[in-house]
Amino acid sequence: MSTLLDVKNLGISFGGLRAVNDFDLKIQKEELYGLIGPNGAGKTTVFNLLTGVYKPDSGKVLLDGKDLTGKKNIEISKAGIARTFQNIRLFKELTVLDNVKVGLHNHHHYSTIEGILRLPNYRKVEKEMNEKAMELLKVFDLEKFASYKAANLPYGQQRKLEIARALATDPKLLLLDEPAAGMNPNETGELMDMIRFVRDEFHMTILLIEHDMKLVSGICEELTVLNFGEVLAQGKTTDVLNDPQVIKAYLGE
Amino acid sequence: MLKNMNKTKRSNLITYAIVIVAFIVMQTLSSTGSISSLLTGLLVPLCTYIILAVSLNLVVGILGELSLGHAGFMCVGAFSSAFFSKCMRDVIENSIVRFLLALLIGVVVAAIFGVIIGIPVLRLKGDYLAIVTLAFGEIIKNLVNVLYIGKDSKGFHFATKDVMALDMDPDGTVILNGPQGITGTPKDSTFLIGFILIMVTLFIVLNLINSRDGRAIMAIRDNVIAAESIGINVTKYKLMAFTISAAMAGAAGVLYAHNLSTLTANTNNFGYNMSITILVFVVLGGIGNIRGSIIAAVILTLLPELLRGLSDYRMLIYAIVLIIMMLFNWAPKAIEWREKYLHFGKKKEA
Repeated sequence: MSTLLDVKNLGISFGGLRAVNDFDLKIQKEELYGLIGPNGAGKTTVFNLLTGVYKPDSGKVLLDGKDLTGKKNIEISKAGIARTFQNIRLFKELTVLDNVKVGLHNHHHYSTIEGILRLPNYRKVEKEMNEKAMELLKVFDLEKFASYKAANLPYGQQRKLEIARALATDPKLLLLDEPAAGMNPNETGELMDMIRFVRDEFHMTILLIEHDMKLVSGICEELTVLNFGEVLAQGKTTDVLNDPQVIKAYLGE
Repeated sequence: MLKNMNKTKRSNLITYAIVIVAFIVMQTLSSTGSISSLLTGLLVPLCTYIILAVSLNLVVGILGELSLGHAGFMCVGAFSSAFFSKCMRDVIENSIVRFLLALLIGVVVAAIFGVIIGIPVLRLKGDYLAIVTLAFGEIIKNLVNVLYIGKDSKGFHFATKDVMALDMDPDGTVILNGPQGITGTPKDSTFLIGFILIMVTLFIVLNLINSRDGRAIMAIRDNVIAAESIGINVTKYKLMAFTISAAMAGAAGVLYAHNLSTLTANTNNFGYNMSITILVFVVLGGIGNIRGSIIAAVILTLLPELLRGLSDYRMLIYAIVLIIMMLFNWAPKAIEWREKYLHFGKKKEA
């Protein structure tokens, strides 16, 4: 296996607060990696740094050997990092199908003029996009909702749609920000199966933030624990979860 | 999926059909002399307002940004095209050719202003964007009012003081006369041209919405952060929607200018009054609802004329009707009724 994501000494300050400091992370291809830690530890900030929402003050981000440090989110998306959000961010007024088609935006092209005049290339590309989007919706069992407004989907389906939309950008690395938030144990179980399925089916590398320890210990192969913006522990899931420091800071004795 | 596509297609066809039928009815009525000359005179301005409402809806409803400077783009289109037509009045005899060239100029100049104003303005959001567009609209109107342009055998002369400052030879003619505007623009606009422009505007807006670019624009409206994370170029698509909208407002200005023999810029036609009126059409018709914009523009333009018999109470009644329409338009029962009887089987499943 080879390294897909290589993060070195990543750091950012907001005013006087060092939100993330000296953060290192190595993720292998097709690995399921977990990022955990108490509230306010800087987990989402790490995601925002990786996806270009914030520019780091220090450190480097390499994806498949390509330097993405300080790049804009458009370039990072094109380079192959896609994400979901802690508080779901769908295109609410668009249909479920269109949400996924927006995800396909950078992979299927026709010009504005071709679109307005409905030239043959428009029809051809739109057909490809529809087929591709329906395929993705089928994977997540959402095809029957294709013509629904995204806002009208039940909560659990909205989470799935967000993952489908992220996968539509054809990423190498998928970042999931608390995918199980607000789910009951049953739904969380389904979600775990689905994340494993996405990894196997799409040969995807996944980095996820999660508070649900059942999910973390159930599917993550390796973990990083973040506390006050610094790495507290890193390694195999079972080793990390038994680390006395981690138990003291996060899990509770 | 197919059902969904048919639904938008059918909805668009209904919109086109309403416009075509309305045109045929009005054209027949006016040619047989069944409607007053006053109403006949209102047909071209009506087309102008419809185009303005549809184009503003592209910014307000589809892009989701409030712009209060739309009359400014109309002003740019009107004056640049009227300037051209007046200069070319005797050079190009064919009024259709002359109008088409004037239209091209009005649209292009308005689009250029759309880009120039859009680049700084679109960095702002919401209320801030609204105020700054309002200011830009006023600047455009006021600039036109201080500008004097004349032409003599030596070429064009420009001044910002008065006609004397143009310093022309005795054979020179004043084309743009400051606050007195442009007089003697050929009256090339007709109801038919207005109708064709409406159809073209509709065609562009409706097809844009249902394309890759339109989806990107609506994605930005619904969630900027998510759109960026997916790799949508937010600046590009915001500017695209804003510029297309400005160009269409410019086209409306061209239509407006060629319907008048004297074109002046004042608060009522190119100032914030007009911008607000267009916004009222858009809001009343339903933000993001193109067909609604058209219907609202027609009702609110014709209403003051139909109420003319009430003389002094006219604007009072107009305001009251506006309030009542706003309230009842979005009442739950009214929405239910519309869905049941007027949506032509649009929202049946789910």
